Amino acid sequence: MMRSSLGSPTRLLRKGWAMAGARYAVILIVALGAYALVLLIAGKDPIQAYADTFSFTLGSRYGFSEVLVRMIPLLLTAIAVALPSRLGLINVGGEGQLYMGAWLATWGAITFTSLPQAAFIPLLIVLGFLGGGAWASVAGFFRARGLVNETITTLLMNYIAPLIVGFFVYGPWRSREMGASAFPQSAAFPSAARLPQFLGTRVHLGLILALVALVAFWFVLDRTKWGLKMKAIGGNPEAARRLGIRLGVYILVAMFVAGGIAGLAGMAEVASLHGRLRAGFSPGYGFVGFLISWMTGGSPVGILIMSFVLAIVFSVGSLLQITQGVPFAAINVLMAIILFVVLARPRLALSTFGRKS
Amino acid sequence: MNWVLIRGVISGTIMYGTPLLYATLGEVVGQRAGMVNLGLEGILLIGASVGFAVSVVTGNSWLGVAAAGAGGAVFNLIYAYLVVNRRANQLASGLTVMFFGMGVSAMLGRAFVGEGIKGLTRYQIPGIASFSWATKTLFSYDLLVYLGIPVALLVWWFVFRTRWGLNVRAVGENPSAAFAAGRRVAWLKYQAVLVCGFLGGIAGAHLSVALARTWTEGMTGGRGFIAVALVIFSKWHPLRAIAGALLFGGAVTFQLQLQAQGSSISPFVLNMIPYAVTLGVLLIWGGARRFAAPAGLGRVYHGEE
Repeated sequence: MMRSSLGSPTRLLRKGWAMAGARYAVILIVALGAYALVLLIAGKDPIQAYADTFSFTLGSRYGFSEVLVRMIPLLLTAIAVALPSRLGLINVGGEGQLYMGAWLATWGAITFTSLPQAAFIPLLIVLGFLGGGAWASVAGFFRARGLVNETITTLLMNYIAPLIVGFFVYGPWRSREMGASAFPQSAAFPSAARLPQFLGTRVHLGLILALVALVAFWFVLDRTKWGLKMKAIGGNPEAARRLGIRLGVYILVAMFVAGGIAGLAGMAEVASLHGRLRAGFSPGYGFVGFLISWMTGGSPVGILIMSFVLAIVFSVGSLLQITQGVPFAAINVLMAIILFVVLARPRLALSTFGRKS
Repeated sequence: MNWVLIRGVISGTIMYGTPLLYATLGEVVGQRAGMVNLGLEGILLIGASVGFAVSVVTGNSWLGVAAAGAGGAVFNLIYAYLVVNRRANQLASGLTVMFFGMGVSAMLGRAFVGEGIKGLTRYQIPGIASFSWATKTLFSYDLLVYLGIPVALLVWWFVFRTRWGLNVRAVGENPSAAFAAGRRVAWLKYQAVLVCGFLGGIAGAHLSVALARTWTEGMTGGRGFIAVALVIFSKWHPLRAIAGALLFGGAVTFQLQLQAQGSSISPFVLNMIPYAVTLGVLLIWGGARRFAAPAGLGRVYHGEE
């Protein structure tokens, strides 16, 4: 029931990259066309908007590097949705898990201030993973015990996690550096706790973490017995249970690892880009990650491509906010259109291109 | 506890519970027809923004409420199309509606940020209100509040005492059997989705037109998801939804009263209370769901072509 109708990722891979690429292209063209209509109705100039977006993102080295920076949290949160979806679980809590990863990592960074960088970076990775993982495990535990569906719990917990972060940055962790009027944020991370950035851009270690996570995700699911068992559970939980697979353990572990991966995204954001914990630092990365995972049916290659594309799309949001006065939340319309196209027309898009190739 | 506080808690519980009641009733009808609609959050936002915008433009809040109901119903057709016609996954379809609602309401509401309206007129119950000063403030609500319980009764009557309700429940329990018995499954599902959208739109309008009397982006703050949770709490029964809505209204009011009294607890912690209460309620009642939930809930019905 939870499987998307897009076909399994391995089948997509077998049909080849061209096929998958064509499918994503159709989805994107339709979605961008529909969003252009929305912009027109709102009295904006869509062609100018898309031209601006293109030249600001792919047109320069700096713009391109910023796309990669935005891609990092999208990759990680997309994996956090794709992994449990193999079991038929719908994890919509990437946003909350991201916040909790950042929260626990910040605790580490402002507590163990004198560690050397070689010890600090692994510590932050572990803490970020634990923070998000523990948060997601709550939903996983309740689901494994058959108490509550994980979809509704992860959604509700998305509203609690930012409040926890808000409580700490307005309360016990609030920086006093600039007196009482200081912007509510934690103290600055010690320089040893900042993730390294590369080539004079803001692209940081998180990109490598995300790519490692993606490869590990592919390897475990496609090349190990755990992956096979997860597929069996996702395909037919009752049959898997009768074969002696312990469903509860798989659900709990999958949710923990998924939450941990989303937590890494939060940790990387604060430890590299901001250097402090701030309330509301994520503009909804967790939700976009959900979208990417659904669009691609959880295929690792698809996640890589679509994270990149949506990182560009995502920068449309902040760009249009500045140049055309469209509220940032309008980006949700574009995401909704993409999701709509994916849900409404999968067979058409597939069969059209299946016949050609 | 002084009288002022008690009065504040009672009237606040009723006021904040009302939008949740309408939203929960709408979701009950949808789920009785076998459809979980997480898009309720988006529907509420559409109702809130449309209701407020129309109230500002026309100067008539009731027109705003009506437009919000109609807007919610029309908007929910996106969900119906995906789930009924395209046989898409219900949870993902609901999230599509949620994203649409967030974005469209933000674009629509932007022009109305900072505007103010008079809101819905509050009426007093003639007999009780004149009794004393205390009861006067306790029994002064807008018409949507007074209509809340009658609407719940009406939904109950329609779902459990009419042929239409029987058909809707049949579709929710076993669409194949309903089809075999000559029921028009798709059309009944569309009707349930329209009712759900209409009530959700009214709920959103009550938030913006009667409670807040302003529009702010994302002002529903997850109430749509809370309503979905309250459906489980109410065991898919319209009258138990009243208890669920009052419970949530009570949690919100308790938190607001503590803040108003200058409590030393951080507002961030207090703001968690409604979500935490909802999660707790889900845990306590969640185990019972398999005995009360419509059997076809969440399943894709592939039709009998």
